[in-house]
Amino acid sequence: MKKFSKANENSRQSGRLTFSFFPGCSLKASGHENTMSLLKFCDSVNIELKELEDWNCCGSSSAHSVDQNVAKKLPMRNISLAPKGIPLLIACPSCLIRIKSMYLKIKKDKILKQEYENLWGLPFDEDLEIIPFFEIFNRIHLEDYIDHPKEKLKKLKVAPYYGCMLSMPPDLRFEKSYFGIMEQTLSKLGADIISFGYGARCCGTYLSVAKPQIAQKVVNEIVLKAMEAGAECLVTACSMCHLNLEIRCSLENPIPVLHFSELLSMALGAEDQKKWFPRHIVDPVPLLKKRGLLTQTFFASNTKL
Amino acid sequence: MINQDEGRQTLADEIKASSGINFNACLHCKTCANGCPFLEGMDYAPNAVIRLIQFGMEEEALKCSTIWVCVGCNTCSSCCPMAIDIPAVMDGLRHKALEKGVKIAEPDVLNFHTEVLNTVKKYGRTHKLEIMMRYKLKKMDFFSDMGVGLKMLKKRKLDLTPSKVQDKKAIEKIFKGK
Repeated sequence: MKKFSKANENSRQSGRLTFSFFPGCSLKASGHENTMSLLKFCDSVNIELKELEDWNCCGSSSAHSVDQNVAKKLPMRNISLAPKGIPLLIACPSCLIRIKSMYLKIKKDKILKQEYENLWGLPFDEDLEIIPFFEIFNRIHLEDYIDHPKEKLKKLKVAPYYGCMLSMPPDLRFEKSYFGIMEQTLSKLGADIISFGYGARCCGTYLSVAKPQIAQKVVNEIVLKAMEAGAECLVTACSMCHLNLEIRCSLENPIPVLHFSELLSMALGAEDQKKWFPRHIVDPVPLLKKRGLLTQTFFASNTKL
Repeated sequence: MINQDEGRQTLADEIKASSGINFNACLHCKTCANGCPFLEGMDYAPNAVIRLIQFGMEEEALKCSTIWVCVGCNTCSSCCPMAIDIPAVMDGLRHKALEKGVKIAEPDVLNFHTEVLNTVKKYGRTHKLEIMMRYKLKKMDFFSDMGVGLKMLKKRKLDLTPSKVQDKKAIEKIFKGK
């Protein structure tokens, strides 16, 4: 169990961070294990997430592809819903690009700002801070919440996979970069980082539905390269990537794909993995069991998966 | 420099107006093409699409498969030495293709986008199960990929009921205007 000194405990109390939270459709409706472990993690590091009330879809890839009007207004409404003075944390990397990009456009363009204000009858919040999940690691000191962090992940060989989430369109080019944040964090927690050349290769997103043969080729390549490099599992920080790497992989014995949030929560002592892992297509339990990463509680209350 | 017919608004001007992109900035260094994970599925490389626009070859540009295969992952625009927003060029060409009613090279992709937006219009959020079912229905193809669908249902990756926005009026307002 975690132990904290008095001083540490006090700083934890006072340092509680609050963010409004935009989950996005992928997390809300298909990546439940990602949402559950993400909320659990935030709770363990003293972060309060308040779900953005009545948020809507950011428009995804489809709106900007075929309907400019909708692509403009869907993110606008989400921006209008964000409470003042609290940073808006967007868990899905693709929603982040859509919403942040629109936010910066409105900020620069007077006509667009007027349109926004007419549409929602609200003044545009010039100071809204829109941040990705990764920003958390710049705002907390993870080691404060964990004893002997280096012993937590027991040299599990992980291949961090970012997909397209670090690639930014030119208008977001000079925003903060989060390259290496999964490597840094997971290695602090005692995992062995496996470098492979395909960590920033896009997973194919919706081509998985519309052009499955293209997606399958890309996905197989990513998983195979990670395996060849000696990884025991892939780690993703995007629900969509996770889904594609699992459903479109046709290799014979693929390695499991874990959510970054699952590994974080496990390192912080979460014990509700039995709610997460049955939702994985490639079962991570044998690997984690072999590595001694599952607690007694997991087996006691989990007779059959 | 390519001479464009005077007095006639070319495709390049139109796309420039909608996306703010200066096509003369492209060096044709092919960084975009070499980095693109989906190049094999495209008929023209991304820089070749820009070339078509520079040459004013409108029909070829609007009818090519590249504009539909591109998913906008920004791999190309992140490393473009001239910071050209290539996915925005693809967006502009897709809009133009739909506006002009040309033959769409990848109808499946368009079908998918349409079904996604249908569920967003209905619920304010996407509903994966409905998107998949309607997509398949329109394609009249129920059996390919059946295994993946069943696997997703079994692992509860497809929620049966949609997650909905309460303020239906706001969503109507979004879809009504232009």
